[in-house]
Amino acid sequence: MSYADRLSDVAVLGAAGKMGSGIVLLTAMEMADARLASDGEPSGMVLHAVDVSEEALSGLHRYLRVQVLKAAEKKAVALRKAYAGRADLVENEEVIRQYVEDVVGLVHPTSRLESAYGSRLVFEAVNEDPDLKVRLLSQVAANASGDFWVLTNTSSIPIHELDERVKLGGRIIGFHFYNPPAVQKLVELIRAGGTVPELNGFAVEYAKRLRKTVVPSRDVAGFIGNGHFMRDALYAVAEVERLAGDFGFVEAVYMVNKVSQEFLIRPMGIFQLVDYVGLDVCRSILRVMSQRLAGEKLAAPLVEEFLAMGIAGGQFPDGSQRDGFLKYEKGRPAAVFDPRKKAYEPLPGIAGREDAALGAPPGRIKPWKTVIQDPEKKGFLEEYFKELAGMKTLGADLAVRYGRKSKAIGVGLVESGVAAGPEDVNTVLLTGFYHAYGPINGYFD
Amino acid sequence: MRKIRKRVFMTAGHATVSLGTGRKEFNPKKPRPGLEDYIREAGRGTLGRIGGGANVDEGVISNFMAARFNRQGNLAALIPAIDESLRWKPCTRVEGACGSGGLGLVTAVKSVLAETADVVLAIGVEVQNTVKAIYGADILAGAGWYSGQRKQGHAYFFPSLFSDRAGAYFEKYGRDRTRRAFARWYRNAVENARLCETAQEFHNACPDLEALALTEPNPRTFVDHLNVFDCSKVSDAAAAIAVVSEAGLERCGIPRKDAVEVLGWGQVEADLTAPPADPTDLETSRRAVATALESAGVNLGEIGTVECHDCFTISGLLSVEAVGLAGRGEGPDYILEGQTSRQGRVPFNTSGGLIGWGHPTGGTGVRQAVTVWQQLTGKAGAWQLEVAAERPYALSVNMGGDDKTVVALVFRRGIE
Repeated sequence: MSYADRLSDVAVLGAAGKMGSGIVLLTAMEMADARLASDGEPSGMVLHAVDVSEEALSGLHRYLRVQVLKAAEKKAVALRKAYAGRADLVENEEVIRQYVEDVVGLVHPTSRLESAYGSRLVFEAVNEDPDLKVRLLSQVAANASGDFWVLTNTSSIPIHELDERVKLGGRIIGFHFYNPPAVQKLVELIRAGGTVPELNGFAVEYAKRLRKTVVPSRDVAGFIGNGHFMRDALYAVAEVERLAGDFGFVEAVYMVNKVSQEFLIRPMGIFQLVDYVGLDVCRSILRVMSQRLAGEKLAAPLVEEFLAMGIAGGQFPDGSQRDGFLKYEKGRPAAVFDPRKKAYEPLPGIAGREDAALGAPPGRIKPWKTVIQDPEKKGFLEEYFKELAGMKTLGADLAVRYGRKSKAIGVGLVESGVAAGPEDVNTVLLTGFYHAYGPINGYFD
Repeated sequence: MRKIRKRVFMTAGHATVSLGTGRKEFNPKKPRPGLEDYIREAGRGTLGRIGGGANVDEGVISNFMAARFNRQGNLAALIPAIDESLRWKPCTRVEGACGSGGLGLVTAVKSVLAETADVVLAIGVEVQNTVKAIYGADILAGAGWYSGQRKQGHAYFFPSLFSDRAGAYFEKYGRDRTRRAFARWYRNAVENARLCETAQEFHNACPDLEALALTEPNPRTFVDHLNVFDCSKVSDAAAAIAVVSEAGLERCGIPRKDAVEVLGWGQVEADLTAPPADPTDLETSRRAVATALESAGVNLGEIGTVECHDCFTISGLLSVEAVGLAGRGEGPDYILEGQTSRQGRVPFNTSGGLIGWGHPTGGTGVRQAVTVWQQLTGKAGAWQLEVAAERPYALSVNMGGDDKTVVALVFRRGIE
């Protein structure tokens, strides 16, 4: 079966979710492009956008229209060539509008899983719950009318486990996009021991066509991305618990969040990142990892406690940030949650009390956004972290300890064979998490 | 062509800011002045220097595509909106793509020569930031032959036509040196614009303009042989100038030293449906310049400054050759030697040109006349040059489309 034939009938499960809708967008455009490249009209192709939420599905076409339009405006040069045979499409505007119609037109939103039975490619992007994934994929497998392949967007569940439980015979591969899929460059590609080579070839080609950076990960729970992120977050929680005795809980959250963002020049503080991903998602991932990685304590009772109080983070349907560890105003952290008072305490008050305790960051500090655009980034970071290491403040001490821990986690991933080498770990953090530098570095030695 | 039989002057020029990317006050998400605001600002700027609209006999407005950029036609009727005293006076709108401004100036000159007017208010305007660049490219493509060229054409239609000219030039005369000349052209344009506060690149603070301009072209997202720095930007702007007879100057109370005299012009039209015979030559511009110099009775060696139509760096380079200051294939060396810079022998585009000052397409020809007027009458402020006594003349070349509609004018500061 050719690449384009494989893409002629696709199902995305969990299509209205934040990952699923992005996967629908990218896949629908790739389907339209593949067909335009072969014989012109993308009619006859179909992408079944399957989701349990009718309400969320109702917004999918509107989301797609906006996003495909943006993408089409950027690739108008190629689109004019692709539609060269259409005499009725003369102006860019006409070509772009037709492309939006062609892409959106091949997406069929549905709440019926039966729609996926005839698909040749099933993209799974439902909640990070192994039993749910197994149940849905098993139903498709039991009823499928023909040969089909599964790309799963799981960020933590071992692929061989899904393969065995669904009895797919190797017709599954891990294809882990980062959030949001349309923007983030990284894809973690995870082969199960039995994954058929043709599927691997397809996945590599598909990622290449999407212009993604592919990092292979060994099929171990959490893979590279969450293998680092979860341990990094657990370390932050442990630091909060250690500091809370002296400074108080909200103060400790504030300090660790500030150090992990500002002092370490990361795009977000660690608790902002946990909120962005969602506490519920983090809990699911931690459960998957802790059940499969015996001998390592991978639990966060604090996250469970917050979730029990209804503090979950994640995003609203319009993409804005829900409150979690932190409260957000216009997308920016504004307060820290105090579980004893069950209320948020405003940041300025905490900062006023604790910034002096932390001490100022190194004098040559630059914001993360400036650093990632700096062509002389490496030299700057060396000088910056040298200055940080020489400082005798609490903030500098926390930052250095944090940087060392982050490195140790990365090295652990290499030593355990999850990542093929330090470069892969660093690439994941640089491209999937937008860090300014990889965790495996010499800055904190 | 016959020589001018009556003295014609231009005076009281006014250019608005050229608004678009690069200007600090430009925000594509916020409301901006509209077409009528620009017309009013430029028109009132000129009227304020000539004693008001009561002194005006006639109005001419140059514009390319307001019908699409702004959904507005019948622009002649926006001239009376500048000032009540202009109501009921004869007004005309002219269109010749990016050469509209030049056509408007010539239309005004002809009214003065015909003695049907002594004072003509000439305005040029284009407000283009109403659409994204990719859709603006559709609108601007109207300067080419729609039914014969558009379908096969590139998404960025005009950049692509000039990219093809650049490609042909690379092939014939070498790529590396030519691209370095493009980069120098860009640098000169921005350095001049930094001195002129209405210029779109006035705020440009890039420390190494030539390195930036040498960015490799990316055919996947743009065109084969040009990058974005080789192109003039999307601009909103207007310019106005009074075209007057000797009696008109007297009526407005303007001394001749505060005016420039039009000594001759060349107005040349090529066939829109015919491709250029030689893509490395701007033949129509060449003919217009020759006609203008001949009608003015001026030698090329007496030209002290040139306003050329550098909608792209390649059109700037080809203009240098079309004017005749450099031979065919010698434009790159001429530019790289610094001859076109403001320290050079014949400075080009002293307020930044289309790449530096901005390119409000249908208004550019009028803006060029305003620049010449400012430069020759000592009103150029920070970008003032010393005009050499032995080379007191200025030449402007305004081009519409791919070298199809061209107007060249020869000026000198007004003398008794």
